[in-house]
Amino acid sequence: MMMEISASRRIVNAVMLTLSGVCTVLVVSVLFFILGYLLLHGVSSLNWDFFTKLPKPSGETGGGMANAILGSAKVLLLATLIGVPIGFLAGVFLAEYSGKNFAFAIRYVVDLLNGVPSIVIGIVAYTLVVRPMGHYSAFAGGTALGIMMIPIAVRTTEEFLRAIPNNIREGAMALGATRAKTIFTVVIPAAISGLTSGMMLNLARVAGETAPLLFTALGNQFWSNGYLAPIATLPVMIYNYAIAPEEDLHQQAWAAGFVLLTLVLIINVTARLIIARGPAAQRR
Amino acid sequence: MATSPSYIAETLGRRTSRGFFARLRGGDEIAYLVTLACAVSILLIVGLIVFELWFHSRATFTAFGFRFLTSSKWDPNADKYGALPFIYGTCLTSFLGMLLAVPLGVAASIFLAEMAPPKLSNFLTFLIELLAAVPSVIYGLIGIFVLVPAIKTYLVPPLKSAFGYLPIFEGTFYGLSFLSAGIVLSVMIVPFIISVSREVLMAVPTEQREAALALGATKWETTWDIVLPNAATGIFGSIFLALARALGETMAVTMVVGNSPKISASLLSPGYSIAAVIANEFAEANGNLYISSLIFMALVLFGLTIVINALARIFIMTTQQKGSQA
Repeated sequence: MMMEISASRRIVNAVMLTLSGVCTVLVVSVLFFILGYLLLHGVSSLNWDFFTKLPKPSGETGGGMANAILGSAKVLLLATLIGVPIGFLAGVFLAEYSGKNFAFAIRYVVDLLNGVPSIVIGIVAYTLVVRPMGHYSAFAGGTALGIMMIPIAVRTTEEFLRAIPNNIREGAMALGATRAKTIFTVVIPAAISGLTSGMMLNLARVAGETAPLLFTALGNQFWSNGYLAPIATLPVMIYNYAIAPEEDLHQQAWAAGFVLLTLVLIINVTARLIIARGPAAQRR
Repeated sequence: MATSPSYIAETLGRRTSRGFFARLRGGDEIAYLVTLACAVSILLIVGLIVFELWFHSRATFTAFGFRFLTSSKWDPNADKYGALPFIYGTCLTSFLGMLLAVPLGVAASIFLAEMAPPKLSNFLTFLIELLAAVPSVIYGLIGIFVLVPAIKTYLVPPLKSAFGYLPIFEGTFYGLSFLSAGIVLSVMIVPFIISVSREVLMAVPTEQREAALALGATKWETTWDIVLPNAATGIFGSIFLALARALGETMAVTMVVGNSPKISASLLSPGYSIAAVIANEFAEANGNLYISSLIFMALVLFGLTIVINALARIFIMTTQQKGSQA
């Protein structure tokens, strides 16, 4: 005998389920809203000068952000050199060597570090690097972003190494390879596509960071020599131009925003597609 | 698993049996020690962060003590500092953000975990993860030039005409305000609520749903009465995680909150937040006490987010373990 479901229960069911769908559409549409506005304002203000010229002194129109584009690349290079090795090797330790309790403790602290606001990391980079050196520098900015890269580097490395089946390790060790040789010549190469994509995502995440650069890399109207001078970066330029009163600078901020978001999203989409096709995803 | 106890015991046994230096030459012990050093260095980095924040903010603590947190006087020219307007702004904007983001995020995660077909759910989750990847300065850019004018023309006039008598909607609206910051924050933290809540919901065993449906419950009743209570701790975890993000969010808030250190009950008036005042004033701060006060606020922010994050992680872990045991 079938029990009839009362009309009120059916209506509540339909209404609530529809509402949850509407909420999802609302959230997802924000992405297209952001993309749309940046396309609309960004592309129209984008020109060749943007990529090749220095910023004009205040009051004059025109100019570009060539120094900020190179500056961002330099700061990100430093950040990668500082953050990725530490995070990667710590991830290797967690996946391959560590005991359960110690690994739990490290993982917990790594998650906490991941939750530290970026502005706080900026302050610490200031007290550790800027203050002793006596001036703002690309190196200080790289240190701040490098510390921010560590947590994700650890977690991706651990996750992708754990996804490599144990019989691969056993096979290598049965052939007489040492632990280290097994890890570095068999396990890591097997996970390499996931590892590189994970690190790309990590880089994309800090590429847009502004707050920790405000008082570490500071900014620069000109080209910056080497890594020990203040340096212009794309996110800081967007911020400075967006809050400036001149309309021309707003246009350039939109253009820079468009360039930054395009880079970040392209890296994200590519890396996520590689990960989704990799062995780690299939084992999940 | 690579780290099952027996596996570890075996390797430990082998390590002692062959002698430390013999293995050192083979590179095995070096690899172990180097990776261990990196893992331990992360603990040291976190320790160093705490130490640096404490060390460089002592001056403020000796000068004002805990009155620093309750005083609302912020006057760098007179060398008088109080953090209350910033703490108030941080809490108020985060609260507003959560108020909008929590229902939206939980509802969307219910849709993604319980209703959408797996392929659609994965695709939408992919888009939501991209939303989480958008840099905060871009949210600020959209906030200043698109959202704030939109709030000014479409949202505030009806709000004022309907609820203008309430103190929270008092005063003239110029655009940059607590309300604008709260709305931008809500959009920024929704992806974090969704991605964690969705995973927690999906960890609830299917048998629970089947049992409820077999007893004649509708899809919604199953979700609301059976699945949600099972996943509640994890969803709280995701909310805490998002709260920690909101409290520490800097750029977007700085760009739309108005940057005025006043405590006002009205959501329409401009305010300030801890992260925003650090972003605005740190590079130009001169004088030991001024810098020290800003760093002290960073320490407060750090403590707050660490505690909330720690709680969130525990919540999420307990739900996921419950799910895998059942």
